[in-house]
Amino acid sequence: MADENQTLPAELTPPTPQQALLNAVLSTLPDGVVTESKLARGVEPEIRVRREALHAVLQLLRDKPDFGFEQCMDICGMDWPQRAERFDVVYNLLSLTHNHRIRVITQTDAVQPVPTVSDLWPTATWFEREAWDMYGVVFEGQSDLRRILTDYGFQGHPLRKDFPLTGYVEVRYDPERQAVVYEPVKLQQDFRNFDFLSPWEGMTTLPGDEKVHLNRITRE
Amino acid sequence: MSLSTEDTPAAGGTRTVEIDSHTINFGPQHPAAHGVLRLVLELQGEVVERADPHIGLLHRGTEKFIEYKTYLQSNPYFDRLDYVAPMCMEHAYVLAQEKLLGIEAPIRAQYIRVMFAEISRLLNHILNITTYALDVGATTPSLWGFEQREALLEFYDSTSGSHYHANYFRAGGVVKDLPPGLTDRIAAWAEQFPKFVDDIERLLTGNRIFKQRTVDIGIITAEEAMAWGFSGPCLRASGCAWDLRRSQPYDVYNQIDFDIPVGSHGDCYERYLVRVAEMRESHKIVKQCLAQMPRGPIKVQDSKIASPTRADMKRSMESLIHHFKLYSEGYHVPEGSTYTVVEAPKGEFGVFLQADGTNRPYRCKIRSPGFAHLQAMEKLSKGHMLADAVSIIGSLDIVFGEIDR
Repeated sequence: MADENQTLPAELTPPTPQQALLNAVLSTLPDGVVTESKLARGVEPEIRVRREALHAVLQLLRDKPDFGFEQCMDICGMDWPQRAERFDVVYNLLSLTHNHRIRVITQTDAVQPVPTVSDLWPTATWFEREAWDMYGVVFEGQSDLRRILTDYGFQGHPLRKDFPLTGYVEVRYDPERQAVVYEPVKLQQDFRNFDFLSPWEGMTTLPGDEKVHLNRITRE
Repeated sequence: MSLSTEDTPAAGGTRTVEIDSHTINFGPQHPAAHGVLRLVLELQGEVVERADPHIGLLHRGTEKFIEYKTYLQSNPYFDRLDYVAPMCMEHAYVLAQEKLLGIEAPIRAQYIRVMFAEISRLLNHILNITTYALDVGATTPSLWGFEQREALLEFYDSTSGSHYHANYFRAGGVVKDLPPGLTDRIAAWAEQFPKFVDDIERLLTGNRIFKQRTVDIGIITAEEAMAWGFSGPCLRASGCAWDLRRSQPYDVYNQIDFDIPVGSHGDCYERYLVRVAEMRESHKIVKQCLAQMPRGPIKVQDSKIASPTRADMKRSMESLIHHFKLYSEGYHVPEGSTYTVVEAPKGEFGVFLQADGTNRPYRCKIRSPGFAHLQAMEKLSKGHMLADAVSIIGSLDIVFGEIDR
């Protein structure tokens, strides 16, 4: 994690191509659009942009010849439930002419819509449908926001961190009714989710030890 | 469709045929759907007006599972994505982990991985070309092709212990070294393989029926292919000389000499031609790997990440503890994110991995090439006949394991 936000002193070392790209992108975009930028592990440029500006930023990245991101390879959601705007929408762009990549991230919650980019890249439609299906992120201007991977009539957004791994319903064929039936999940044993953090950090429910834990939390 | 034939030619009138548009379900149980694809086709007569693929019938929640497993336990899920070329999927995942862990596999392991990635590519292209031929009416290629696939799967078998779901690549190398004699067997197989490709080409490339079914069907230009997120053979067939093995090389691909076949027209026939040419290139790469592969370790010498050897575990308590910790707790990956790609047989296979410093991925998004390709189905098949839709599906190389995840 130490080298995550690596910044090279520009006067001393010539910037790597990735650093040069990131610098060029940052100097081109107007102020206040990019809220955070970094070079992940020194090789992957990543910018975090405001949701309102997302469409303009991606259009600029696609159309300005210096950047030339002709391809939008991937769009995906990510869930950080402890945050107010809990969802990240991650765009991974690729330029074939310049052979470089960039990652653009924007934030949203379950209500605020993210502008669609399917007018820039038609391929975005399915990726946006997937983000809607898996996380419940709404895309404004997307005319085809149907579920894509889950079952017909599915309820909920399964990749959210608060959606249980086992789901809520299970499906089977009922020979008596001669139909496929949906029933609430019945587990033969409780779902076990082990915590592998160090026992000194991870154990939060040691019987008789609650006070120690409470003290530790408050000290932090 | 309704046919009204009240005006018979004998009555002196012309025969009126009324054709209205109608919708049919193609699949999900259809041999030419290459898996569980439900394609809702709106037809005007026999001409496709609208094609709406319904996917997700093989959705198993792989990405959700991965969030609940350690990095090591997630590895086998990748075999089950594109189950036609399992090791290429593993390759992307282990490279992503290696980036975050800041390690690099030893050189021998890199050669082994490249060799098996190419064997996987051959597995994929043999299956695609031969079943594609089957879709458009030729039976013989699949009979010959599956014989070759069996030989290749036996290499999988002898090195990983499993015919299909190999689970062979690991962060920091591969799980074990090649068994004695395997390189000789691969070399012997490589001797006869070019003749097989020649035979397939003699059956198909100049075949009139095959060409009638594929030439000028499902054309996509380079600009459109880029906008639709195409990659791999489908992009190259449209005239983009883009191959991640060359432009963003990983492992030892920069040590290896190979050509990138590029088409120009972007129709079904050229996608086939590109794949045939790629089989010849993969064969070249396998031979080079055999010739260049050095001796040496096959995984990083760090017991915190790669398991110690069996022999060590018999003698050293510390190795035993390391083994136990690795296979129960696993290794912790430092916080960070990466989007790592490999040139899988079908195109750009990417893994977006977000690590939070624990022993499990916080988020693992799998970017599969077929997902983007299948989306262009409507674009490709509009205005073509119903039978051409089958041909287009075949040429896109659809495998539902990776599309539905």
